[in-house]
Amino acid sequence: MAEKTINIKLKVWRQGGEFGGGKLVDYSLDDVGTDMSFLEMFDVLNEKLIAEKKTPVSFEHDCREGICGTCSMVINGQPHGPMKGTTTCQLHMRSFNDGDTIVVEPFRAKSFPVIRDLVVDRSSFDAIIQAGGYISVNTGQAQDANAIPVEKDVSDAAFDAATCIGCGACVAACPNSAAMLFTSAKVSHLSTLPQGKVESSKRVQAMVNQMDKEGFGMCSNIKACEAECPKEISVDNIALMNRQYLASVLGSDKQA
Amino acid sequence: MNWFIQFLTSSIGRKLIMSLTGLFLILFLPVHLVGNLQLLMNDGGEAFNVYADMMGHNAFIQFTAKGLYFFILLHAVQGVIIYMKNKNASGQKYAKSTNANATWASKNMIWLGLLLLIFIFIHMGDFWFAMKFQEWDQAELGREMIAYNIEGQSVELKNLYAKVNYSFTNPLIVGVYVLSMVGLMFHLLHGFASAFQTLGLNHKKYTPAIELLGKLYSIIIPLAFAIIPILHYAGVVGK
Repeated sequence: MAEKTINIKLKVWRQGGEFGGGKLVDYSLDDVGTDMSFLEMFDVLNEKLIAEKKTPVSFEHDCREGICGTCSMVINGQPHGPMKGTTTCQLHMRSFNDGDTIVVEPFRAKSFPVIRDLVVDRSSFDAIIQAGGYISVNTGQAQDANAIPVEKDVSDAAFDAATCIGCGACVAACPNSAAMLFTSAKVSHLSTLPQGKVESSKRVQAMVNQMDKEGFGMCSNIKACEAECPKEISVDNIALMNRQYLASVLGSDKQA
Repeated sequence: MNWFIQFLTSSIGRKLIMSLTGLFLILFLPVHLVGNLQLLMNDGGEAFNVYADMMGHNAFIQFTAKGLYFFILLHAVQGVIIYMKNKNASGQKYAKSTNANATWASKNMIWLGLLLLIFIFIHMGDFWFAMKFQEWDQAELGREMIAYNIEGQSVELKNLYAKVNYSFTNPLIVGVYVLSMVGLMFHLLHGFASAFQTLGLNHKKYTPAIELLGKLYSIIIPLAFAIIPILHYAGVVGK
């Protein structure tokens, strides 16, 4: 069976080197197989650019299985592209039509400075995790499954929050560049389970303070993050984080 | 108290202030509306004038009013600060932005809010200032004081009703009032449920009810406010 192919036009954000402070550059790519992933399409573009002795487009990728959170890109105004609940690497060219013009830009936020082309520095997320996104109490050896009873609903909720891959699409989608969906997913995931609950009061203050320090914006419940999240993390987590933060700051003796 | 200042200037602290002041203003609106609805009674303004006089002289109302002015300003100032900080946090604008998955109101709260702030100043100038400080224009409004027989006693009250009725013969003023109420509707459509989410009051059983109540409230309250100038302008009441 012959593979279906399409011809596309690309407007790609190039920044750094010969492109200086950045601009959208036009490319056209013919005979793109619709079974290619979006990143494979970029691989083909880069092969072509290298053959023409031009600088290839820098973009981030790692597992290409939709679980590592390394790929980014805002495709036609949507972080990770038009397909719901999907990362860029799992987006395929069959989602586009012959003759389409596709605009590709980096994740934009003050706290995600562009390194080059489509690559942004997301180490502000690492700083938030380092501030408290871990468990430091001794939890001993791996427990027997029945040693710490956890209700199914609760473990499901913790797992749903834990599916956050920390890609930063929530920040990219947010008109306020707020990182509350990311931070709340981590707060919620850890505080929902028994081992993480112990330090939850201190953790929520530390992580929110670091999030503010990194210069992210404030949530105004626009909910674009939830709609664009490749893991479909719910904004219910933000309410949970707010609740925990208020309880911790006003109702406990903890001070982060 | 260092921690407390840090709390109030944290992202969640600032949002908490927005939420609580917003909820206070949400509680205030129906109270204001109940008073206003007396403008529709077609009794020559007696009920409204008696009510306006009571509002101007009741110690509890006067005390609460000061709180109200403070909360309106706090809500507005905090809103502007949050808007500026968020502008500062966001990077370069996208060349192609869809934002398809967010409501128009949620992205324009600052502009809707500023529209309402301007409206509040116009509104205070129209009636509050007129009631308390402005010279009475007899040619336009007739006699300033009007006598009512209340519980067998004759009482002279200021005829604010005449001022309201006269103002609402001006299509420009009616237009500003109606437009502002449309703005209020959109502001509330996002703000009502959002205030609860910010407080962390998100619950499988109650959130759908809060959202429904928010929608009903956001439509009914501004509509009831807007009907008053329209009916006065149309001459259905007053005249």
